[in-house]
Amino acid sequence: MRLEYKRLLLVQKGFLTFQMSSLLTLTSISKRFDNGLEAIRRLDLAVAAGEFVSLVGPSGCGKSTALRLVAGLTAPSAGTLSFAPARPEIAFVFQEPALMPWTGALANARLPLDLKRVARGEAEARAERALARVGLKGFEKAYPRELSGGMKMRVSIARALAAEPKLLLMDEPFAALDEFARQALNDDLIALAREDAITVLFVTHSVFESAYLSSRVLVMTPRPGAVAAEIALRPPAIRDAAWRMSEDFLAGARRISAALKLAMESTA
Amino acid sequence: MRNALNIAVPLALGIAVLALWQWATVHFRISPFVLPPPSAIGTALAENFSSLAESLGVTLAVTWIAYLLALAGGLALAIVFSQSRVAERALYPYAVILQVTPVLAIAPLILIWTGYDHVERAAVIIAMVVAFFPILSNATLGLRSVDPALSDLFALYGASRLQRLWRLQLPSALPYILAGMKISGGLALIGAVVAEFVAGSGSATGLAWRITEAGNRLEIAKMFAALALLSLAGIANFYALGFLQWLVLHRWHESALRQDD
Repeated sequence: MRLEYKRLLLVQKGFLTFQMSSLLTLTSISKRFDNGLEAIRRLDLAVAAGEFVSLVGPSGCGKSTALRLVAGLTAPSAGTLSFAPARPEIAFVFQEPALMPWTGALANARLPLDLKRVARGEAEARAERALARVGLKGFEKAYPRELSGGMKMRVSIARALAAEPKLLLMDEPFAALDEFARQALNDDLIALAREDAITVLFVTHSVFESAYLSSRVLVMTPRPGAVAAEIALRPPAIRDAAWRMSEDFLAGARRISAALKLAMESTA
Repeated sequence: MRNALNIAVPLALGIAVLALWQWATVHFRISPFVLPPPSAIGTALAENFSSLAESLGVTLAVTWIAYLLALAGGLALAIVFSQSRVAERALYPYAVILQVTPVLAIAPLILIWTGYDHVERAAVIIAMVVAFFPILSNATLGLRSVDPALSDLFALYGASRLQRLWRLQLPSALPYILAGMKISGGLALIGAVVAEFVAGSGSATGLAWRITEAGNRLEIAKMFAALALLSLAGIANFYALGFLQWLVLHRWHESALRQDD
């Protein structure tokens, strides 16, 4: 783990770019929108398979843009983005559950499979299983408006799982939830990602959430965003209340917090 | 309870107004050539019921055919707009011109083109022109009002244009389309009546023509009877479309949720 981190640091510095085993590598990526706004400037980022990486930074620092770039929803203005060995199956969970209000939870979870023209029976079975895994067995027919905020987000996660992604991109998915729902979803997310060996790139502005979830945290500068600091953490495989109370967790949170403060001050 | 009140209160008001009307025409000795009492209107309706009902059928047929054509045309054009910005830029101004030009002004032209022996065709075209625009503009707006996150998701999972249209844009547009359909339902009836008035020839047999005819013969009560039937038809159309809207949307759209929900 430790070695992996050092290797990644070298990749980031551009030394090892020819022999990286990263699932995803962003090299000197910049993004300037049509209206002239520069969201990201020379962002370097590498994520290895199996990592849980969080991007933490102030609002408007280009975290979301970075995710959209990785997903291919927007193109970089400069720099390269590469996947190894090939572009993995990618799923995206947004801050809003972004469910189709006109249909039930099962049909929502089935969406990626429907769009990929997976046979109806198989799609149905996979979506059903995904819903059961996020704890929504029995809610297959429920319409989004009949579900609570936390349950809607669970449907959104089930939809991502149904696509059987290798890389899961999450854009402040739990920001709008109450603390109780957020903690429950944090724990479930870790378990699900581990079971399916999903690599997660997670955007949040919560220091504590990133410290709780991540194996590595990238602190970003205010706009135009770039990585200001990198903090490796060593969380236990199963996160629980004991981890939330542990010294290691708090120490990690302190380091992230300090790095974030530094990143803010250095550009202010 | 609330439902019962919703019906009882307007019904009671209606009865009270009719009673006042009846009393006033007798008490102030108003000439039946100016304002016939409701009882006379009722009698006229009963006496001429079969001919009036037949005329109502003609008017409604024109209304519904025109309505369905407007619906199909409006939706089709909105879908074309949603697929091609160029088509939208090119065609939308003309749709607006068609909308803002008073239909009464183009009615005689349409009548000349279809010929006086096919007044019903002219009526269908006129009613369609009137009913067309709300469906076009609402559907165009609706097809564009897609949740951007869902739109991203469709892109991420490689949705085709057809999948995007069928699974995302059309369902997102449904509330807008249904709202447009409700407006157009009323307009189609107005268009049908206007067309008959303009046509104004002996070959027209709809309710509007009956009104003109009864007016010429100073059968004022019969005019009112025909008018009452037209109102009823309009109300029926309105509520039928409202019911359709509720049927389609009540499980998921805010507009169809009950206030006390």
